[in-house]
This record gives sequence, C-alpha cells and structure tokens, in this order.
Amino acid sequence: MKKSLFAGAIAVTSLGAGVAHAQTLDTVMDRGELNCGVSTGLAGFSAPDANGVWQGFDVAKCRAIAAAILDDPMAVNFVPTTGQTRFSALASGEVDVLARNTTWTFTRDIDLNLTFVGTNYYDGQGFMVNREIGVSSAMELDGATVCIQTGTTTELNLADYFRANGMEYEPVPIETNAEAQQQYLAGACDVYTTDVSGLAATRASFENPDNHVILPEVISKEPLGLVVRDGDKQWEGIARWTLMALIAAEELGITSANVAELAQGTDSPEINRILGSEGDFGEMLGLSNDWAVRAIAAAGNYGEIFAANIGDQTPIGLSRGLNAQWTQGGLMYAPPFR
Amino acid sequence: MSDTHAGTVAFVRDTMLPEQEPPLTEKGAVKWLRENLFSNVFNTVLTLISLAVIWYTLAAIGPWLLGTVWNAGSLSECRRILDGASGACFAVINDRWHQLLFGFYPSALYWRPTLAFVLLLVALSPVLFTNLPRKMLWFSAIYPFVAYHLLWGGSVWLPVSAALGFVAGYVAFVLVRRVNGLAAVFAAVLAPVFWWLLFAEPFNSTMTGILPLGLEFVRSDRFGGFLISLVIGVTGISLSLPLGILLALGRQSGMVFVKSVCVIFIEFIRGVPLITLLFTASLLLNYFLPPGTSFDLILRVIIMVTLFAAAYMAEVIRGGLAALPKGQYEAADALGLDYWKAQRLIIMPQALKISIPGIVNPFIGLFKDTTLVVFIGLLDPVGLSNAIRASTDWQGIYWELFIFIGALFFLFCFGISRYSMYLERKLKTDNR
Repeated sequence: MKKSLFAGAIAVTSLGAGVAHAQTLDTVMDRGELNCGVSTGLAGFSAPDANGVWQGFDVAKCRAIAAAILDDPMAVNFVPTTGQTRFSALASGEVDVLARNTTWTFTRDIDLNLTFVGTNYYDGQGFMVNREIGVSSAMELDGATVCIQTGTTTELNLADYFRANGMEYEPVPIETNAEAQQQYLAGACDVYTTDVSGLAATRASFENPDNHVILPEVISKEPLGLVVRDGDKQWEGIARWTLMALIAAEELGITSANVAELAQGTDSPEINRILGSEGDFGEMLGLSNDWAVRAIAAAGNYGEIFAANIGDQTPIGLSRGLNAQWTQGGLMYAPPFR
Repeated sequence: MSDTHAGTVAFVRDTMLPEQEPPLTEKGAVKWLRENLFSNVFNTVLTLISLAVIWYTLAAIGPWLLGTVWNAGSLSECRRILDGASGACFAVINDRWHQLLFGFYPSALYWRPTLAFVLLLVALSPVLFTNLPRKMLWFSAIYPFVAYHLLWGGSVWLPVSAALGFVAGYVAFVLVRRVNGLAAVFAAVLAPVFWWLLFAEPFNSTMTGILPLGLEFVRSDRFGGFLISLVIGVTGISLSLPLGILLALGRQSGMVFVKSVCVIFIEFIRGVPLITLLFTASLLLNYFLPPGTSFDLILRVIIMVTLFAAAYMAEVIRGGLAALPKGQYEAADALGLDYWKAQRLIIMPQALKISIPGIVNPFIGLFKDTTLVVFIGLLDPVGLSNAIRASTDWQGIYWELFIFIGALFFLFCFGISRYSMYLERKLKTDNR
C-alpha cells in the first residue's frame, strides 16, 4: 500500500514535470533568454574571456540556437555546470539545453530520460607521452605510470584497454586537467590519458609542445552531443535541426558571410529550404522561416565555428579528423532537409 | 668622604666606574642568536636544518618570483618575454584581477561592490571596537539593506519594505508589551511575517509606481570571484551567530518541544557534510519547487551555509554555557531577573567571552568553506581560476592564480584571527 502510494506520488510528480516541461520554447520566448548549461571551463569549448563573455565551440552552438529562436545570439544565460550537476540541472529545468562535453551513451540516453539531439564533436581517448621516453605506440606502454582523472569513463576505458592487451599499468589518480598537467610535467607519470581534444589543448599550453607526442591509438568512442530533456518533441527538434543546419550549411557552402545573400533565393532547392526562401520548415519548428539564417549568421557554419575555436589556426590546433564532413572522409553528416 | 672607611679597608672607590659595553656575547643580535637559536646542540642542529630548508626554498622560488612578468596578454607572450629564463607570469592577475574579485559583475558598476565593502568595514567597526560612538550602530543595523541594494540593485523600495517588517515587529512589541510580556514576544515575531506576506509586495509595487528610485538591477549569476565568497561568508557569519545562540539556548531549554527541535536540527546538520547540503541546495530544491520558479542559487547557498554554521556555532556556545558555574544562573534568578534579562545581562556576556576562540574557529572555517561552491558550478575564485585557465590565452598557468587567491584568503582569515586575539586580551578582566 505504502509502496503504491509512493509510486503514485512519483508518477503524479513526473506527470506534472512532463507537462510543465513540454513548452520549453514558450518558456524561452517568454524569458527572452536561453539557459544553456556549459562546462565550468574547458579550453576551446567553453570559457569566459577577460570581459566575462563566454567563448568556445560549445558556446557557439548555444548562441546559434538562441539566434534561431530569439534573433539575438547574445540572449544566452550560460549556467556553468560540473560533471555532477549537469544532468540534474537539465532535468530540473534550470537549463534548457546542455552543450557541455557529454558523451552520448546508452544509459544516459535511456536511463536518465535525456535526449541526445546529435553529435557535436567526435572525440576519443588517447595517450600523451614525453618524446624522450621513445614510445611510438600505445602497445609499448606496458608497466607505465598513467595520470588519469578519477571517476570518469576514461578510467574504465584505460583499464579495459590494458587488460585486453595483457599489459600492466600504475594509475596516478588526479582530479582536474590542470592538476594533471602539473603532475605530468613534473614527471609524476609517464603517460597522460584523456580525450584527444583535451590532450591537444593541454599539449598546446606546454612551454615546449614539441617534446611531447600524442600516440596514434584512440582507445574509445566519445561522441559529444547536445542534450535536452525527454518529452518535448518541439524543443528537441529545434535543438537537433539547428545543429544539423550548421552542419549542412558547411556542406552546402553557406557561410556567415554569404548567408544573407543566399537567403534571397538560389538555384539549389535544399539551400532554399534550409534558409526559408522555399517551404515553411521554420514554421514547422514553431519558429519563423528564416531561423537557420539567423543561426548561421550568429557564429558561422559548423566548419567556421570549428576553425574559430579549436581548429588548426588556434592555439588548440585540432585537425578536423572524424569531424570533417562526410564528403571529406569525416563523420559529420546532416540528414536531408526535405 | 673616603675617610669613613679609612681604618677598615685599604681602598675604597669613590667614583663610579664608567659604563662599559656588555660583553659581545651578551648583547644584541649575538645574544639573541645564542639564546634562541644555538642554546644547545639539539637546537643548533635544528637551526642549521631549518636554515638549509629556507635556503633551498628561497633558491627555488626566489628567482621565479623575481623574474615575474607583469604585462603580457597571454601565457605564450609571457614565455616569449622570459625567453627561457625562470619567472612567474603574474600578468594573468593583471589581466584578470577584476574577474577574480568581481566575477562577471558589469565593469561599469564595480563601484557598487567596492562601496558596499567599504561600508561593510564602517558597519562592522562599532560592533568590533567598543570605543567608537554607539550611534554608529544604527548604521550597522541598516547596513544589510544598504548592501543588498548596492549589490543587486533594482527598486530601492524592496529593501525598504523588507526593513519595514522589522519596524512593524518593533512597534508591535512596544504596543503589546504594555499588556503582556510573552504576548509581546509573539507579536514581535508575527507582525513582520504578516507584513512580509501580505503588505510588503503591494507596498513595494505601489511605491515603485509612485517613485521609481533605484540602481540598475544586477542578476545573481553575474556575481563571482571574491565577491561571492564575501557575500556568502559575511552573511553566513553574521547570521549564524545569533541563530547559533538561539539554538544553544533552545537546546538547554526545559520546554520539550523546543529542546527536541533544536537537538534534532543540530545533530542532523552536524551529521551531514557541507558539500551534501550544497548539492541539496543546487539540485534537490529545484525538483520540489514549482517549475519556472527560479529561487536564486546564491540565496539557496547562503541559507544552507548559514544553517550549517549555526549548528556548529550552537555547540560552541553550549560549551560556553556549560562552563559557567551554576551559581551564576542562581544569582540571576535570585535577583529576580526574567529569563531573557538573565541571559542578556549575566549569562551570555560570560558565556560568549569564554567561547571567543571557539566562535572564531567556525568563522574562519566558514569563510574558507565558501570555496566549496565550486562543486555546484558557482564561479568563486577557485572556480574562476579553472575558467581562466580554460581560456586559450592562459591555459597552462597554475601557481600564480592560486598564490593570488591564497593571499586574498590569508588576508581575511589572518585579520579575523588577529581581531579575536585582540578581543580576548581586552576582555581578560578576570583571573581565569
């Protein structure tokens, strides 16, 4: 009896929550601001600059969504979230969308009642070693001391990888990336392992980056995605198709520079459909038809955002790799706008 | 004159010897060194070891500190300026000090938190130093409202209507006191609650409609850095002391209900780590509140921190109360003082005096514990140091930020501790 009462209470609460959450778009429009959950600071992905304005690869996605909805890329309230608070912040409605390096996994998608709207960045776990050690492959790391952040999937991946290859390692547990840098540079560990994007960013900040090498092996799949709550198809659609519009824009050659011109109408029906001069895709999302024009104008297409924040020309210096367009041998592939 | 002793001793000195320098080993630095550093073999060995440690530390840190670069736009620029030499890069502080102090507070409005801080010192001084004019206490009483308005801004009538609640309580107390003492206490509690629930909001909106005065509103999520530590720390400290006193008295009370509420509260809070309470504030409360209500995160954190500190404070003060001889309580009763008068005039002054070192301890601890808010995503100085390190300019910088933050915290904590020593010396009038 007591149990069923409790279950009933839970059901009623979640029903209430579901109803309340169904209208995220209206809430955002009433508020005039998008609440976007980001990490508390991750080089190239999200960090406040000297003026307190958030910048980065994840941040740009939020700005694009805000531009699509509210016609103002700056109408975003960035809520810094930690690894522990991110999902609760989203589930409780404190943030509308989570654009924080979050790996798309089965349990997060199904068990936590969250929806991953698409992959924003394909990452994977790698290893960095000092060149002096003379290691050129992760298979030669038997017996190495490894700096590893505790309580993350990287820790489990590392254990799996070494076990599968019959090698031994000695973990040096560390808490943050900054601490890892200090430990690694001080020689407390031979190897530092985390996502390759993080390794590249860390290596770029060293005094002598050339003394360190990132090994070619990538031992895990880390598709980092944008996340929204379950139960609001409209909102899910806006987040998913804004991301897809940015990806498709790169494929079709729509940039922040020429988007206004192309929006007047072109010979390509797909460009016309995306930019709203043909069809009413924006209205289907509950927005105006030129939503994608605003989203692309905010920070550029996917390629432009990548190049400006984490690409070759930035201090982070990541190559496109898996994140290139499918036409260029990468995995970035937007479903057709039809 | 010297004849006096002529028959008894052969020679008597009749002039004073000129004063001589004390022997070299008995004066000045040499004497001090001999007495303090080289008084025996063991101490000599310890001294030499300590000197070696100091030397190695200085040799390691000294050149690094001396080579400091103060003006650069990024870590790589710093390194270019240093050109391979060892040196700190405090340019990051130069570049981001305003963020470490104020967070994302609009830079045009920095004068407001600064003014609030200066006024805080003014408001605190009559509380801390009794030889200042007592009239300054009036300013201390209105300071919380002034500070709120300065920091958050918005309509000036909001803090005014909040303050009027206390006025209502006082008026009710004075009016009802003529009838019944106990009823007056209840009236003093109920009147402000009534005011806040029923009249404060209409009053606020009416007055704002009539006379829209006020500073530009700054949202809580713009707060950060040391500002957040100070807001949480100072509010927590100043609210936890009265709350702790009430809890301590409640725990000693003969009334079963009051006593058990206080005991349960204190034991519950003391049994739970602060970080758990912070997570509760940031995560759990959101589920209980109706969707859409944004109950300010900083406010939630302040409440949790205050409750946490109050529970510890209650136990410290209970220790002071227990240390008082029973005769003091009986003497107060014998004088015919009622409960509150006895507490105010006899018990508390002595109990608090005994507890001063114990009271200061949780204060300092609380102030430093404010850095725990980094785990719920508030950007206090430690959180901001992560954020600053995540910018491509300053990625890879480490010690400089922590040295700066550590120095700031040291300044405050050391100040609090010195004041408590001053207070102890001043109040040391008995032979305890």
